[in-house]
Amino acid sequence: MKLNFLTAHELQGLLAAKKIEPVQILADIEERCRIVEPKIRAYARAPFFRKISSESRLQGELSGIPAVIKDNICSDGDLTECCSRILEGFRPPYDATVVEKLKGNGSFIMAKANMDEFAFGSSCETSCFYPTRNPWNTDHVPGGSSGGAAASVAADEAIFSLGSDTGGSIRQPAALCGVVGLKPTYGRVSRYGLIAFASSLDQIGPLTKDVRDNALLLKIISGHDEKDSTSADMPVPDYPALLEKDVRGMRVAIPREYFVEGMDPEIRQSLTEAKNKLGSLGVSFGEVSLPHTEYAVAVYYIIATAEASSNLARFDGVQYGLRNSEKTNSGQPPLISMYKETRGRGFGAEAKRRITLGTYVLSSGYYDAYYLRASKVRALIKDDFDKVFKEFDLILTPTSPTAAFKLGEKTNDPLNMYLSDIYTISANLAGIPAISLPCGLTKKGLPIGMQVLGKPFGEEDIFRLAYQYEQNTAWHKEKPKL
Amino acid sequence: MKYEAVIGLEVHVQLKTKTKAFCGCVNEFGSKENTNICPVCLGLPGSLPVLNEKAYKMSMKVGLALDCVPRQCVKFDRKNYFYPDLPKNFQISQYDMPFAENGALDIYVNGQDKKIRIKRVHLEEDAGKLMHPEGESYSLVDFNRAGAPLLEIVSEPDMHSPDDAYQYLTDLKLIIQYLDISDCDMEKGSLRCDANISLRPEGQVKLGTKAELKNMNSFKAIKAALTYEIKRQEKILENKEPIAQETRLWDEEKEQTILMRSKEEAHDYRYFPEPDLPIFDLAGEEIQDIMDTLPELPKAKLGRFMGSYGFSQKDAAVIISSKGLADYFESCLKFFNAPKPVANWLAGPVFSEMNSRNISIVSLGLAPEHLAKLISRVEDGSISRLVAKDVLSVMLKTSQGPDAIIKDKGLQQVSGASELNKIIDEAIANNKKSVDDYLSGKENALMFLVGQVMKLSSGKANPKAVKDMMTERLKKC
Amino acid sequence: MRISKDDVKNIANLARLGLTDIEVESLQVQLEVILEYIDKLKKVDVSKTHALTNALYVKNVYRPDIPKASLDPSKVMPLSPAREGNFFKVPKIIE
Repeated sequence: MKLNFLTAHELQGLLAAKKIEPVQILADIEERCRIVEPKIRAYARAPFFRKISSESRLQGELSGIPAVIKDNICSDGDLTECCSRILEGFRPPYDATVVEKLKGNGSFIMAKANMDEFAFGSSCETSCFYPTRNPWNTDHVPGGSSGGAAASVAADEAIFSLGSDTGGSIRQPAALCGVVGLKPTYGRVSRYGLIAFASSLDQIGPLTKDVRDNALLLKIISGHDEKDSTSADMPVPDYPALLEKDVRGMRVAIPREYFVEGMDPEIRQSLTEAKNKLGSLGVSFGEVSLPHTEYAVAVYYIIATAEASSNLARFDGVQYGLRNSEKTNSGQPPLISMYKETRGRGFGAEAKRRITLGTYVLSSGYYDAYYLRASKVRALIKDDFDKVFKEFDLILTPTSPTAAFKLGEKTNDPLNMYLSDIYTISANLAGIPAISLPCGLTKKGLPIGMQVLGKPFGEEDIFRLAYQYEQNTAWHKEKPKL
Repeated sequence: MKYEAVIGLEVHVQLKTKTKAFCGCVNEFGSKENTNICPVCLGLPGSLPVLNEKAYKMSMKVGLALDCVPRQCVKFDRKNYFYPDLPKNFQISQYDMPFAENGALDIYVNGQDKKIRIKRVHLEEDAGKLMHPEGESYSLVDFNRAGAPLLEIVSEPDMHSPDDAYQYLTDLKLIIQYLDISDCDMEKGSLRCDANISLRPEGQVKLGTKAELKNMNSFKAIKAALTYEIKRQEKILENKEPIAQETRLWDEEKEQTILMRSKEEAHDYRYFPEPDLPIFDLAGEEIQDIMDTLPELPKAKLGRFMGSYGFSQKDAAVIISSKGLADYFESCLKFFNAPKPVANWLAGPVFSEMNSRNISIVSLGLAPEHLAKLISRVEDGSISRLVAKDVLSVMLKTSQGPDAIIKDKGLQQVSGASELNKIIDEAIANNKKSVDDYLSGKENALMFLVGQVMKLSSGKANPKAVKDMMTERLKKC
Repeated sequence: MRISKDDVKNIANLARLGLTDIEVESLQVQLEVILEYIDKLKKVDVSKTHALTNALYVKNVYRPDIPKASLDPSKVMPLSPAREGNFFKVPKIIE
């Protein structure tokens, strides 16, 4: 079996037994890439396929195993452009903390994954380069914004990848591509070096072929970071060691707002079967209400765009990236012209839409009605979850209202595109962890994902349930025909 | 029509922490451009701020020292606007939950006590520096200063004259120096001040339209700018024209305020809570701990010095004009408890030495024990004042004590009767004319003869003793 | 109408975003739809709620006042679109 099809934990075993060498892993990935990448376009630019240094072979859990990271995660000296023209040529002079941790454990950055520009999107169609395609059907989107990260793993062009999740950007593409994707608790993983979209919502998380890999990666990238004032000073459990605990007696809630009349019947069917499977493993269920669910998308699009409009203000052509100095007619001072031209040409349409909306909701006279109000409803959404977690350990929902849609299907309908995030957004608003893992295939052969949400810093329970489900089904063994 | 000026001041003080407000870069003036920089203070994508604990404590100290109500729960906010010296195009500042609010500074101006209320004290990060090379179409940016911790102290518009403003600034600067949290050097930019000024008819409560004044680089300039602006606004009001709400720059050369070619629209800063920083929630004990570290502040020290040492306000003010000097004064008293002479020596010869060399009392390197001893030697008659000044010079150059120097150079004041009589006789013998002048009624001749004795004794004779003995001796002539 | 074309232009100016006339028009239409959707928040009773704005699980995070190594300008200046020596160069600011 070619090594690119294996998981990190399988490769660990082979490396430890000296049955393989790291160069072979990279060689097999390179070959796979040559075949499938032209069809998938998971990568933002050509992968590096660096020569592995001799040091990286020697130490750490990921020794010799390459990493793919989303194009919004900084790695020293590598092009990191958030798939946006405005960051053209930007090579950060430093590593993100998660990259330091990967390197410290023997891994190395192999490629940057394609993404929606600045993580604004749910389909990977707003990248300034090209859209990524779903390995299960290349006429369909892989989901977004970590579309490239999900697709590369699904297509076995990568062993694992790191993406970022602000409103579902890891979980939704994981569901649409049939891989495992986790958004950790807010503050579990350092954001230092993640180019910010919405600072109070962003988290970096792993996309992997199975639950064990996900647990392994989370253990490596988690932990307090003194460079990130929002990172939690909490011990990191040995997630892989805790996987095999029995799930008998675990109490899982089913929120009625996520299973409404008119939902996609195939998705409903899949989730029902998953629930039954878990029931057979000794899990008990109860129906609950998360009454403020209907407001989540509205709250998100106020808070996230407000924070984004401020975070993206720094892209102005002064220190790095694109600068457009052409004079225009406007008769404005040259400096203002430079700002406007640079930002006008450097940002894509979705970025402009969000910056405009975000600036609007913060502007004089609107702060109370929009941002402040949304922040209060956010507190109510979090309260909904707190109440449920008093009686239940976990919550089970679908990840996405639909399976992968076709390219171009939603690009002219921004609101419709935003509503793709309806199941994932609340977890970011409440700061709780959530995973998506494959639980079915549609009749047309597109993956369906189920989402499991947990208590703050309760990732080990999530992994436990997910692992038992996975080991008692075979969805994770399904592969796209490429 | 008589008008009253209404003045409020916004003072920015750069804290003298070792590092910047939100990163570990050195907080230093005068480094080579763009060398004290890192991803955080450059605002590189992916960077995040972490608050400097010292900056936090210093901010709280200032609030407490200004009698403000300290806030237990403090947060930071983003102030959003575009400018090339602002790396992120937003400034981390504080909007609705600053460190401290509602304090006051009591000042004494032109014989009157006035209370100037302090509206708020908050912490923010400084911007970089812009340079505009003459005649060029571009500007240059240096981010060394970006991210330095700045404390903003905003007063209520309780000042009514340029003198009020000057005194407020002087007193505020003294408090900040006592707290040792800033150099307060307007030339180096560690203290900056903008003023808001409006006029209203005397007796009216409603405020007039205010002008904002910037670009004043010294307390003197602020006083001059306010004086000019009052006249300018008076003239406009007398012509029954409205005052425009504008920002004006002080032109030091032309000695006038000029209109700034304005930024088009009023700023909409779109303040919102800084999501990259948590809430800061101090327990009551922590605030008390900071309160306990406050030194005795100028006002209290002034009162105590006047009370305990019997100084006039004026004299006490000189001694407390720097905390170092006040502490030094009290150290001296431990060795020689004579407040008035010690104060005189400090305010006189020591102060002028400090000024001529432009250094502080500490840098002078004069041990309080030595100075105290020297003063006591004058008071007990061992040496004359004149000689003491020479001894002081030697003390300042070496680290010797006064007794050693007096002994080495044989400067001991001559008071012994036999020794003095010898010199007196010599003086009388050499100055027959003066003796005759004195005996015939010219009183000045006595002082001349005393002077001669001082000369003959190389200044070592005790002048009082000489005068007495001379008078007696001359009676026998 | 919740947002006019002039509103869009004003916002774009605040955000220093250069927009063509076509962009202004289409943004106005799209934002109108989005703002209408967002209006549903008005139905929520927030009278007894505090705003959730800052880091959920931490507070009082500081660093000690101890210097750390800075970046060498040679790592940063080459990234800049325009420079003069170790200064960043920008069009002149007119005051």
